[in-house]
Amino acid sequence: MNYNQPLELTGLLSHLDIFFRNNLPPFWASLVESILVLITILAAYAVIALILIYAERKITAFFQARLGPNRLGKYGSIQSIADMIKILIKEIIHINRVDRFLFYAAPFFVICSSVMAFGAIPFGKGLQAVDFNMGIVYLLTVSSLGVIGVLLAGWSSNNKYSMIGAMRSGAQFISYELSAAFALMTVVVMTGTMQLSEIVENQRYAWNIFNGHLPAIVAFVIYLISGHAETNRAPFDLPEAEGELTAGYHTEYSGMQFGFYYLAEYLNMFIIAAVATTVFLGGWMPFQLKGMDTFNQIMWYIPSYVWFIGKTAMLVFISLWVRWSFPRLRIDLLLNLEWKYLLPINLVNIIAMVVTVLAGWTLTGLFPNIFGITP
Amino acid sequence: MQSFTKYISGIFTALKSLLKGMGVTWKEFWTKKVTMEYPENRQTLVISDRWRAELIMPHDENNEHACTACGICMMNCPNGTIRVISVSIETEKGKKKKILDKHIWDYGSCTYCNLCVITCPSDAIVFNNDFEGAVFDRNKLVHQLNKPGSKLRDKKK
Repeated sequence: MNYNQPLELTGLLSHLDIFFRNNLPPFWASLVESILVLITILAAYAVIALILIYAERKITAFFQARLGPNRLGKYGSIQSIADMIKILIKEIIHINRVDRFLFYAAPFFVICSSVMAFGAIPFGKGLQAVDFNMGIVYLLTVSSLGVIGVLLAGWSSNNKYSMIGAMRSGAQFISYELSAAFALMTVVVMTGTMQLSEIVENQRYAWNIFNGHLPAIVAFVIYLISGHAETNRAPFDLPEAEGELTAGYHTEYSGMQFGFYYLAEYLNMFIIAAVATTVFLGGWMPFQLKGMDTFNQIMWYIPSYVWFIGKTAMLVFISLWVRWSFPRLRIDLLLNLEWKYLLPINLVNIIAMVVTVLAGWTLTGLFPNIFGITP
Repeated sequence: MQSFTKYISGIFTALKSLLKGMGVTWKEFWTKKVTMEYPENRQTLVISDRWRAELIMPHDENNEHACTACGICMMNCPNGTIRVISVSIETEKGKKKKILDKHIWDYGSCTYCNLCVITCPSDAIVFNNDFEGAVFDRNKLVHQLNKPGSKLRDKKK
């Protein structure tokens, strides 16, 4: 069934592609397109970070019965642009007796891993820059590169706070990466593919969280918890616990170098939410019911990127909600939670998922007429 | 086996308490915000009566105040913010009497300790609520509290 999709960008993109291919030799056409995609991704990265910073400040304020930024622009909407200008023109202070090369290289590890993961996310129909056939493994790999930057920052800063913060971050990251990967693998068991575009396509009539019901919901919750821990945000923010460690691993950084860490933190929050959306909540796929063409047509009138942003925004809101509900965990409790609770539950859960899939207890298996992808 | 049931039930109690905590913050999210947007809400701003902003000497409709120029406020002031300047005059009956010439209070050095108001025997001075006292010249912070041409209110017989 082909639905009318007036607001999708696929038509525009293919027009652009044809235009370049007609006017340039193949190599140059590819090069120009790659550069355009790169610029778009970097611009989207910066813009989403600005929006997230504004949203975080506003939502935080609302949780604390305050109003948040409300002076600059309508409802304080251009506050984060002013903050960006401020941080761009700030001086980068040169610290004595640091390991100079590693100190200046560390922020780039963090930001690069974040941008690389960002590029692989399917933002909408035809809006995905990197689509590997092992997309989930790629996402896990590049997002775990970020911890190198954090560890380098802590080690090269020549500062005890940074060192302790980085060590905590390393322990936390290595632990929770395991849970996040297992939670995603649970879904891979069900979908049978690691390619993000195919995962989205398979969720046309039943989102994975409904399709796999109980094991999928458990995996979803575990993924959110461990993703939250990976991004070093409260209640898992021991690496920068401001009460104990000033600012943790980025204590010695200033200006835009600090800005990189800040940016990467917010974007990692977005990436975690986006991956959870793609893998569990149907990605950019509009909510559809098999056989109800009028309803589906109405759903398709809402463009796919709006669906994606909406679902992701909801998950980002949940992450902020959690942040302002719970106190920070102690390091032993943090590792306790991972190794004694999340990991065993996860292992049992993955077996439960295998049984569910083999016995055909998924929704697509039980009701192929209602939820099956084939007509 | 018992430790296993404890482990499982522990997970559910933890989940329950976490959800309860999130419920509390969810309610807090929708409460009325306490932030006051100051310059916009000047008309409706409520300031506590106890707020000490500016020292004033209340005058009645006959331009009379209650200050007898005794100087107790000046003596009690911890940092010399108040100066009471008095003059001696002769009444119609030929008695010598000290009356207030100038009651000078420096907004810039006042610590708002309220000692002058507490110790004043005739309740001639009070603090009011006009907190917007910023000026561009520090000489403007020195206020003369008694209005020109005012005089001491006669005691009720």
